[in-house]
Amino acid sequence: MKARLPYILFAIWVLALAATPWVASNYIVKIATFLAMYGAIALSWNFIGGFTGYPSFATAAFVGLGAYSGALLQNAGMSGAWLPLAWLSGALIVALFSALIGLIILRMKGHYFAIGSIAIVEVLSQLASSWSSLTGGGEGLNVKFLAGGPDFIGRVFLYTMLVIMLMAFVATLLVDRGRLGFGLRCIQQNEDAADMVGIDVTRYKIYAFVLSAVFCGAVGAAYSSWVAYISPTDSFSILLTLKAPVMVLLGGPGTVFGPIVGSALFVLMEETIWAKFLDYHQAVLGVVIVLLIFFLPGGLLRLRFKKGAA
Amino acid sequence: MNDSRGSGEVLLKVERLSKAFGGIQAVRDVSFTLSEGEIVGLIGPNGAGKTTLVNLVTGVFPASSGTVVFRGSDITRQRPFQAARRGIARTFQIVQPFPAMTVLENVVAGALFAGGAADRATAENEAMAHLEFVGLGAEVLRPAASLTLPSRKRLELAKSLAMKPKVLLLDEVNAGLNTSEIDQALALIRAIAARGVTIIIIEHLMKVVLSLSQRILVLHHGELISSGDPHDVVNDPKVIEAYLGSKFAERQKQLAGTAP
Repeated sequence: MKARLPYILFAIWVLALAATPWVASNYIVKIATFLAMYGAIALSWNFIGGFTGYPSFATAAFVGLGAYSGALLQNAGMSGAWLPLAWLSGALIVALFSALIGLIILRMKGHYFAIGSIAIVEVLSQLASSWSSLTGGGEGLNVKFLAGGPDFIGRVFLYTMLVIMLMAFVATLLVDRGRLGFGLRCIQQNEDAADMVGIDVTRYKIYAFVLSAVFCGAVGAAYSSWVAYISPTDSFSILLTLKAPVMVLLGGPGTVFGPIVGSALFVLMEETIWAKFLDYHQAVLGVVIVLLIFFLPGGLLRLRFKKGAA
Repeated sequence: MNDSRGSGEVLLKVERLSKAFGGIQAVRDVSFTLSEGEIVGLIGPNGAGKTTLVNLVTGVFPASSGTVVFRGSDITRQRPFQAARRGIARTFQIVQPFPAMTVLENVVAGALFAGGAADRATAENEAMAHLEFVGLGAEVLRPAASLTLPSRKRLELAKSLAMKPKVLLLDEVNAGLNTSEIDQALALIRAIAARGVTIIIIEHLMKVVLSLSQRILVLHHGELISSGDPHDVVNDPKVIEAYLGSKFAERQKQLAGTAP
């Protein structure tokens, strides 16, 4: 019974988010959409950063590439009823991209991997800025508006983000219980020993990296339709790339529910407390990171487990 | 030990294997074969290239030249996980557990990824049996990091056994153990050998090597300088020279010459 409780709470949480358009204002619906979106992003990062222990800062690269791929496909005609196909294609392009990039940067470990992954964000951002003929350069790219009133559009994107989050959650459950998750945890603990024990570490790391990318790609593509305008600085945001690990570390890396708890707390803090410190909110983010490192290295969920075990 | 244990069928064949790290020739032109069921000691002074040789056989480093053939197929270019799945397991001089995982999970990893266990439940049953065998049956749920050094060495052995190895390379499993712990470890290695696992044992303690090995290989400066019956090998002047220096070897020779 105790083991079921988190699942019940999670189901209530999802239903509550899904119910917002019927009971709350458009502002609340927007926050619910952000909660689902960041939930999906945090669950994604958890595959590579939590299970596998590789500190990836490539999140914004995946979201941004998804946004540009989705936007360009939509403008090329994949709009209206074809919209989901544009989002799916954006996700697949990002998955393919991450597999190829993973082959290269997953050879690096620790700090080197972190720097390599952040470089991907920068390179893609530069590319989006300079390839004006395709991307509109620094001026950004307008995306076709979805027809319908603001209520309808709000609902469409809330449910889209919720579906992406649920897919990321189901993937997390499958990985957590399966051979892949066990292998990734072995890699996180001791990569050389994992190799010696018969785990194809290169392949497993690439699986984890692709899983950490594909849902971000979908989020990015859907985001571009939602906001209807994307720019290199907005899409390839270094801040986003930092938020993903902070959210997961806040909740509990390598756990199933940690990313959900962490991202929800983070978004709610951002909307309530930080909105009052508009000038300083990035400094507050810094303080949160420092406090996390010192006091909660295993995240909030681990804290509870520790108390339960002792 | 009796010499009739080996069935004679060649399991592992190392031919003219070399490895250079930049200008340093760590292993030079080493050839030997290993027959099924044998226990072979690999000795040599510090820095002789013993661990490098193990790393070449298990795919940790690519060889500079030469070949490794296992059960008839060339495995020179393999990666460590492939060696593990083929049945070449090793223990490390410095133990390599998954520290935050339980003792049981450590062994389950071996059974699941290299031992061919069909599912987690099967892997756990097998792992339990191996842990009982090495004497860690009472500590299965402790985190591996909390074990004492002798227990960690046992864990390494259990993990290797879970991989259902044909060949087991033991890289100084006795380093850091005291006399009574070594005796226990020896008994354990004998029990593993009795299961039919072919063993290469790297060891500094001559007592251990002589009591276990049917055959000894001696490496010095990366070269195989002597091999064969344990007692012939330890009396080989080249081996004495490698271990004790040329002056001492010279004196030994003179003593042998003047003896009636």
